[in-house]
Amino acid sequence: MKFVLDGEHLLFAESLHKLLDRSDTPTAIRAWSAGDHGPGRRVWRSLAEAGVFALAVPEEHDGAGVLPVELVTAVHELGRHAVPGPVAETVAAAALLASVGGDAAATWLPRMAAGEAMATVARPYALDADAADLVLTVENGELHQAEPAGEARPSLDPARRLFGVTAARSLGKATESALDLGTLACAAQQMGVGRRLLEVSVDYAKTRHQFGRPIGEFQAVKHHLANALVELEFARPLVHAAALSYGTDDFPRDVSAAKAAASEASYTAARIALQVHGAIAYTAEYDPSLWIRKARALYSAWGSPSDHKARLMTLL
Amino acid sequence: MDLDFSPGHDAFRAEVRDWLRAHVPPGPLPSLETEEGFAAHREWERALGAARLSVVSWPAGYGGRDASPLEWLIFEEEYYAAGAPGRVSQNGINLLAPTLFEHGTPEQLARVLPPMASGEVIWAQAWSEPGAGSDLAALRATATRVEGGWRLNGQKTWSSRAAFADRGFGLFRSDPESRRHRGLTYLMFPLDADGVTVRPIGRLDGRPAFAELFLDDVFVPDADVIGAPDDGWRVAMSTAGNERGLTLRSPGRYTAAAGRLLDLWRERADPSDTALRDRVADAWIRARAYRLKGFETVSRTDDVGAESSVNKVFWSEFDIALHETALDLLGADGELESEWLEGYVFSLAGPIYAGTNEIQRNVIAERVLGLPRGSR
Repeated sequence: MKFVLDGEHLLFAESLHKLLDRSDTPTAIRAWSAGDHGPGRRVWRSLAEAGVFALAVPEEHDGAGVLPVELVTAVHELGRHAVPGPVAETVAAAALLASVGGDAAATWLPRMAAGEAMATVARPYALDADAADLVLTVENGELHQAEPAGEARPSLDPARRLFGVTAARSLGKATESALDLGTLACAAQQMGVGRRLLEVSVDYAKTRHQFGRPIGEFQAVKHHLANALVELEFARPLVHAAALSYGTDDFPRDVSAAKAAASEASYTAARIALQVHGAIAYTAEYDPSLWIRKARALYSAWGSPSDHKARLMTLL
Repeated sequence: MDLDFSPGHDAFRAEVRDWLRAHVPPGPLPSLETEEGFAAHREWERALGAARLSVVSWPAGYGGRDASPLEWLIFEEEYYAAGAPGRVSQNGINLLAPTLFEHGTPEQLARVLPPMASGEVIWAQAWSEPGAGSDLAALRATATRVEGGWRLNGQKTWSSRAAFADRGFGLFRSDPESRRHRGLTYLMFPLDADGVTVRPIGRLDGRPAFAELFLDDVFVPDADVIGAPDDGWRVAMSTAGNERGLTLRSPGRYTAAAGRLLDLWRERADPSDTALRDRVADAWIRARAYRLKGFETVSRTDDVGAESSVNKVFWSEFDIALHETALDLLGADGELESEWLEGYVFSLAGPIYAGTNEIQRNVIAERVLGLPRGSR
């Protein structure tokens, strides 16, 4: 029993954090929101060079093998920096393609591991189908290649561009665990979003002065921030445990528990971040608003807490 | 990173499970907040102690098994899964004993711990006073130096288990010139000594779960001072995290309660009531989160420190939510006496004792998040 991240996981996370700090993700997010995927693509390529997208790809397709603990560690950092693009969707697409195998896997997986191809999966909307090189959908348990249908539907999170899809060619039977890996990636992303929101709120409370003192001296503010920490602290082990149960019968149950808790904790952090910052965070031009909007969008993406609680009760 | 138990852990779990299966009383004991129930729970402690299962994490020399923190978590899981009785000794085991291990003399350890482990001496805490609750450093009860020891005077209150316990421990102002947290001494004293008046206080449901203590020139020998005189605040605070963290309300307790809640849902629930279904699922998720948090905590090599306050806020609020869900599942029967109702009444005190959750949130904000202390 050693239920904490290993030193090498922590070093990996730290290196991604530094890489993304240098990448100016807020600028990439705003460009992405305006339909310019260039800066976001550059961030993805640097993440691929760091090995992030190989973590959901089997070794036979030039990946690192599916490494769920490393994957949630990395995706947490992507959420912490609000990296735009179909992050969880690319993870799920890789797992889906690996499970159907054949030409589709051989064609796409090496390119996805290398960061050359971005993939998305409709759940039910296909996130960033305009940017993705491969669009997939699952209908009646069958994995299909798909085409985006119509214009992008605007999301609360401006960096999330959602599309309807039309199924085209069938690729084979979709496995539930591949979709669950995408759900788990979304939960890890949410944990990163929540963590960043707490970090910036604590920093703000230390520096913003009202009534002649930092607002972080006021108990009303302290208690909000403490509540956000409590929720995040108790969601994290659920995400880690779900990563460890990948490949076992407990995986769907643990993924649902993790996604429900991560959604709620991340959303709590967003509400508190907005309240602690006050009006400034209610503006689109202030960076934390990008994370606040993402927290609510991800709350219902890949299944809301209620969806996952309903599923959990059928699995217990 | 892994969540695997070793064969040694599995063997320990099996031994605990087998013993409990053979020895846990078939029905619930009478409430430990009654005289009859207190005696029954003391008998149970004796049985646990005889099997060296009352204090598994203590050294063998004092009645324990030198169990690791992980083994202690395993013990707690099995204990509550077996539906074993509440621990009437827990104030001594969780609050006093850790302080003695850190600050006690060998003589004190040898004298105090074995009878605590066997249930022969049950301890009550005596921290709060009428004017010193959250602001514990405002306490006014005094310890005055006399030949060979001290004379205690003053009033303590909200003293858990004191209605029927044997001995108490708490902080007293030993330097009359001192202010706040300076000049306090940590002392142990008998509750049946001359000059001690114990007035039980009925808790919310009327049961005497705690008491007021009136101390009138109560003599305590020097041997019952823990740590140095006037250094009591530091002595008490060095182990305050034990009360707030895992040990007071272990994850195993909630794992078992969430399992029973799930059984209740299966028996009683209307499957179309999705709001209640979500709350039952939420209880299961939170119980699992706390269980995993426990494994995370015992895996860490650094000091958890003020993070124990994060646990205290979590388990105390979760305990209420879980029992509220059970009462709601029971519908009109929810107000009738039951183990769920007993658990509910017990849970309501959680956000108040062991440092109110407001104090815990201040601790989290200042010592974990690094916010400025400022004025209150």
